[in-house]
Amino acid sequence: MYKNKFKQTKGTFRLKSGLAQMLKGGVIMDVTTAAQAKIAEEAGAVAVMALERVPSDIRAAGGVARMADPTRIIEIQQSVTIPVMAKCRIGHFVEAQVLQALEVDFIDESEVLTVADEQFHINKSEFTTPFVCGARDLGEALRRIEEGAAMIRTKGEAGSGNIVEATRHIRALQSGILELQNFLKRNNQKKLREKAVEYKVSIDLIRKVAKLGRLPVVNFAAGGIATPADAAFCMQLGVDGVFVGSGIFKSSSPTKMAKAIVDSVAHFSEPLKIAQASKNLGEAMVGQEISTLTTRLSQRGI
Amino acid sequence: MKQLKIGILAYHGDVEEHLEAAKNAAKKLKQNIEVIPVRIKEDIINLAGLIIPGGESTTLYKLCQREGIFEQIKQVKNIFGTCAGAIMLAKTVDNKTPDQKTLELMDIEIDRNAYGRQNDSFETEIKTELGNIKAVFIRAPRIKSVGKNIKVLAKNQDEVIACEQRINGNYYLALCFHPELTTTIFHEYFIKKIAGTFNLILTLDS
Repeated sequence: MYKNKFKQTKGTFRLKSGLAQMLKGGVIMDVTTAAQAKIAEEAGAVAVMALERVPSDIRAAGGVARMADPTRIIEIQQSVTIPVMAKCRIGHFVEAQVLQALEVDFIDESEVLTVADEQFHINKSEFTTPFVCGARDLGEALRRIEEGAAMIRTKGEAGSGNIVEATRHIRALQSGILELQNFLKRNNQKKLREKAVEYKVSIDLIRKVAKLGRLPVVNFAAGGIATPADAAFCMQLGVDGVFVGSGIFKSSSPTKMAKAIVDSVAHFSEPLKIAQASKNLGEAMVGQEISTLTTRLSQRGI
Repeated sequence: MKQLKIGILAYHGDVEEHLEAAKNAAKKLKQNIEVIPVRIKEDIINLAGLIIPGGESTTLYKLCQREGIFEQIKQVKNIFGTCAGAIMLAKTVDNKTPDQKTLELMDIEIDRNAYGRQNDSFETEIKTELGNIKAVFIRAPRIKSVGKNIKVLAKNQDEVIACEQRINGNYYLALCFHPELTTTIFHEYFIKKIAGTFNLILTLDS
């Protein structure tokens, strides 16, 4: 009697951004093996990012960093039930095609890998798999959204163990949005149009963001989160969730650190809970002063 | 009249979307209902109903367990779960992780991620007991079988995708899709059921 004769549609933007909505309030962890993926799932991660090396090792190794070996990705997919994400190089649409063919749940077009195209990012609307992209400010975020990104994350400075860049990017994005809201409040259409030109995006997207007072997609923090307090700090600054790259498996006790970060994100506005989560974690990953870094990953792909 | 309070389990998932949908549903029904996020034991006291959102059921279970509210949730008389929330309500779950438990309140068997990975996520029009709606299935679970006390509210092809159960004065509603992304009719329905449990008469104007 309820028999459904309607057609099913796949790969729509609502489905892509919808998956990101389901990840909100969660922690997404970088993993390089099936064993690490299991630790992440047991700790309560909402998704894992399958990689060959975590960002701090990519940084240390130097050279060209590329998409992970499919064997590695498949092994991780088989080991957990939560969504599995993987990274491709900026602009490298064939790596993205491969990741889509492998049925990863989300593709990260990532500055952590070496840039493949300095002029164009991937046309993400052409894919049925959703994409997440890094951004340092509102202009970058909106360009990625117009290219079809279903989720945005701050770039931060991956593999640095230093939260300062992620903070800068969260705040830059917010002040960008506030500026648009103020133009809209004063009905200053000229300024809104100027912003569209400056950001190289459509006026429709500018008006939408001004009206919403936030990005039209989910926005996570990433790049430099090393402790439960770092993660809760980003949440209190207003992001929807966090990516933790090197921060977990470069700490002295990854199992404890993973669980502690999940707990502190779930209770991000409760200092006592964050205190509890932060107890006896051993050493956090070694952090670096940004001025000492020879490669600034966040400056890739703007 | 005492104000009814509905909670949304708020650790993770599409919590804001449910908050919004529940508030809009209450407004449409002209009901003065308070909708609150639920994270700690104190939040659960005096809840008339609880909504468990979409997200990852493994994560939701772990956070409830660590906070010590997992057993307490079972005391809430009316619970509405979408996607991961439906998994949380089920008595039997296939493909759960070894350490995962569910509330085991509804007499249904459900298979996690049964439709496949994200590429197999889909949207479609569905016919339900409450009317036709657009339904969004994101890495959705599949209800494999239902007990005889379960009332089916919608099917897709031949599979149950929405159902309810009234048991010992409690009421449970489970959906494999995400009504919170497209409509408020299921939230309105849930509010009416809660009002029924509390013997309140809603003045409805459609």
